[in-house]
Amino acid sequence: MRDATLPLPHVAGAKQGPLTGRACGYWRTVGRRLRRDYVTLSFASVIAVIALAAILAPLIAPHDPNATSVAYRLKPIGYKGFILGTDELGRDMLTRLIFGGRVSLVMGLVPVGLATCIGGFLGLVAGFTGGFVNTLIMRIMDVFYAFPSVLLAVAISGAMGGGITISLIALTLVFIPPLCRVSEAATTQIRGRDFVDAAKASGASSLSIILHHVLRNVLSPVLIYASSLISVSILLAAGLSFLGLGVEPPTSDWGLMLSTLRQSIYVQPVVCALPGAAIFLCSLSFNLVSDGLRQAMDIRA
Amino acid sequence: MAIALPRPDLQPPPTTDDSRDRGGKAQPLLIVENLRKHFPIRGGALNRKIASIKAVDDVSFVVLKGETLGVVGESGCGKSTLARVLMGLVAQDQGRIIFDGELVGGPHGLSLRDLRRNMQIVFQDSDSSLNPRLSIADSIAYGPRVHGMSRAQALSLAHDLLRRVGLDPALFALRYPHELSGGQKQRVNIARALALDPRLVILDEAVSALDKSIEAQVLNVLRHLKETLNLTYVFISHDLNIVRYVSDRMLVMYLGEVVEIGPTDAIYRGPKHPYTKALLESRLGADPRHRVEAAPLAGDAPSPVDPPSGCRFRTRCLFAEDVCASKAPSLGRSNNHGAHLAACHMGDPQSGHSRASLAPAPLPRVADAVVC
Amino acid sequence: MPDCAPQSDHPLVEVDDLHVRFADRDEIVWAVNGVSFKLTAGEVLCIIGESGSGKSVTMRALMRLLPAKRAVISGRLRIGEYDIMALDERQLATMRGATVAMIFQEPMTALDPVYTIGRQIAETVMRHERCSSRIARDRAFEILQLVKVPSPERRLDSYPHELSGGLRQRALIAMALSCRPRLVLADEPTTALDASVQIQILLLLRKLQQELGMGMIFVTHDLGVAAQIADKVAVMYAGRIVEFGNADDVLLRPRHPYTMGLLASILLDRSREQPIEAIPGSPPDLRIRPEGCSFAPRCKFARAACGAAFPPPRLVASDHVACCLLVDELPLREASVAEPVDLV
Repeated sequence: MRDATLPLPHVAGAKQGPLTGRACGYWRTVGRRLRRDYVTLSFASVIAVIALAAILAPLIAPHDPNATSVAYRLKPIGYKGFILGTDELGRDMLTRLIFGGRVSLVMGLVPVGLATCIGGFLGLVAGFTGGFVNTLIMRIMDVFYAFPSVLLAVAISGAMGGGITISLIALTLVFIPPLCRVSEAATTQIRGRDFVDAAKASGASSLSIILHHVLRNVLSPVLIYASSLISVSILLAAGLSFLGLGVEPPTSDWGLMLSTLRQSIYVQPVVCALPGAAIFLCSLSFNLVSDGLRQAMDIRA
Repeated sequence: MAIALPRPDLQPPPTTDDSRDRGGKAQPLLIVENLRKHFPIRGGALNRKIASIKAVDDVSFVVLKGETLGVVGESGCGKSTLARVLMGLVAQDQGRIIFDGELVGGPHGLSLRDLRRNMQIVFQDSDSSLNPRLSIADSIAYGPRVHGMSRAQALSLAHDLLRRVGLDPALFALRYPHELSGGQKQRVNIARALALDPRLVILDEAVSALDKSIEAQVLNVLRHLKETLNLTYVFISHDLNIVRYVSDRMLVMYLGEVVEIGPTDAIYRGPKHPYTKALLESRLGADPRHRVEAAPLAGDAPSPVDPPSGCRFRTRCLFAEDVCASKAPSLGRSNNHGAHLAACHMGDPQSGHSRASLAPAPLPRVADAVVC
Repeated sequence: MPDCAPQSDHPLVEVDDLHVRFADRDEIVWAVNGVSFKLTAGEVLCIIGESGSGKSVTMRALMRLLPAKRAVISGRLRIGEYDIMALDERQLATMRGATVAMIFQEPMTALDPVYTIGRQIAETVMRHERCSSRIARDRAFEILQLVKVPSPERRLDSYPHELSGGLRQRALIAMALSCRPRLVLADEPTTALDASVQIQILLLLRKLQQELGMGMIFVTHDLGVAAQIADKVAVMYAGRIVEFGNADDVLLRPRHPYTMGLLASILLDRSREQPIEAIPGSPPDLRIRPEGCSFAPRCKFARAACGAAFPPPRLVASDHVACCLLVDELPLREASVAEPVDLV
């Protein structure tokens, strides 16, 4: 058929339309935008540093995180041998911060990851099926949604005991409703589009449509929302530990450190604020990176 | 190049030997009988049905093999709902659909899945007509893969179809929808519809969203494909000029009902229904010396929730009389598929309408009486 | 602003070398590349173009409705005695509605859904004429009668979603005309309407324009609409005007290959045996700055010289210019006299 592939007259200097460019995929455009976004890049490197430190903690930490010392209690920043000072039991702050980073990252990523899988799946089912199933799932979610997240986490954690596993479960339960909501909204929107009708018209089963068509389009808003929840999760986890519902001593954890250092705040205020600063930096970095990702992925080309 | 188009009022078209043809040459490809689809409107505390949108109401027509049937109507007439009901995307409330002699649905009939191998639909080009996350080739290959084709085969079929619609696979196969223009996307939609090798293609406002120069290109593509692949088209549009150019027979819908049906040329030269006549007079030509001086129709169409009793057009018809409110005119039936029928009391000598008793005379000019 | 009495030969609208580009974070889009035209009071100009031609951007630039951060406008724009580029926000607000009014394409989005029609019209009147709400409501009633809305006293208290498409568009027109503007800009106001309603609205606009003596710039992609309503026609392609003249001249004796191509693809009463001579290719990518004639890649008459520089406007008849190097050599096409309706 000749229309579009007519040999168009060669005119020197005349530029063609979009045909002459290379096929520019979606991810390539996202990559290009990210490369130019300096804020996102710098905070992404902060996260990378934190993550790297957490992974290599036993190798790079100068001291044993649980080695107490009565002599070196509450030393200030810059003290010989303890760069960031020591806590109230003489343990090196830098070491404990590095090891605490492990716990915080786990507590940030694992609940969100689990909740994304569970909540995302529930939302997908609710959005695609519609009708009674949708009502059932979403109203159950609404019950949980009605509680403020902190209160819910504390209540679940407190009721079930405490400890790191319980707080992971509690946090996962807290994040399932919002992720389910985002997933359901996205699925409902995608389901109404013409290309889903076209897929149905070609005889595909519902499962095939979900896997090949709906999932890819829903994944993007859900993942972006999930990445913004990571910072919240870190804060909540620190809060739980602060209240004594999270990790148990003597494990290094930023929230727990804040709690135990609270009494010593008049002695060494800067050292006692360090865990708080770490929480702040980590949470902020995830927040800004997820924002940057959202902006880069929001293409309406 | 001159194309011999089938003339439905003469012999059935000499179709090429189609191995999938089960009903024979004289069997219409699609028979629609008494199709009805109402959408309930729910309200109140218990979510009861308080009213319904009578989107498609007792619609019957046939589509002959090898022809293009035009479906014309304005917004709210139900043509898009009709398209979706035919494809099985929306279940009908009542009525039968018979494809090449086999009933669709029912225990012994054609299954929906098999119907969809034979009948496909091309939607209006919109932002949502293609999956933004799939490449063009993947979008086209999806249908065949659902029906069991291997990935490699399906992709090679996709490449072949892209070539057929005039897009070079080397340039376009790996592109994403947002990198294509409207006309190119619409060609991809057509290629996708053809991927399952259908016999009937429903084109639901397929060129309405395109620029005029691109619309011409796509119409040429459609024409070429129809000839080479021996297709039958149902062409739904609100644009009367395109429908006249493209269709052999056409039907006019108003508020969910068919008000006129027949060969296109016959309808354009001598419309039998006042609505059709008004629609034809509302067309704009590109000649500034011949401007339309008076609007043929006043006001907007009434809502399909509560259509007028009897003839639904009577509220805007200049020739409406009491009989039009009390009795709904029927389209009538004819064994000759090429007959020109209209649902109007003025054409039925036994209806009691004052103009009905006259010998078939041309309709008085609707535009004469209406001044904007 | 000085309110000098308009002279009869002084054009109502003067646009000189208008350039508009949109600077995004990724790229620059050259939307309008040098548009110049004049419009006298009481005249209707139709700007015809397909998507991406820059017609809507031109019109919005006239009222400075483009987003200030992203859009860079240069050139001279004059409406009446106002120099549009020199006005500040407050002066712009005074000018909009009273001197220039705009009718949009989608009445459902252009009308505020939470206020009644009467209230919205009255609000415009009160802002510009500083009268009481009672007088404004009376004026709204008058305008609704003028645009032939049935039972206007009832419609004053209707919300937009209670009206049908045609009535909503009439309400939008009423709002635009409520302060008796001197210039009306219409951005495809009938595209979203059915054909039977479109013809009503077009006839209404034409009548009102003649009665009130307004100038009108009407943007459309439909040549039939232009034939119905225009005195003068400008054809735009890739951000430039490629042909300009009286409606008769441009539509019946087009001299630019693009206009010729558009007219050739009209299907009105074309025989089914005749294939359509479609214009090949796609509309240009506005992210690439045009050097030569933007239409050259799709033009069947193109030569090497067409790519060198944009062809300057050539006078082909009185008041009829076409921007093509080959105007003298192209075959003239006298359109056949086509009756839109061939009924017995």
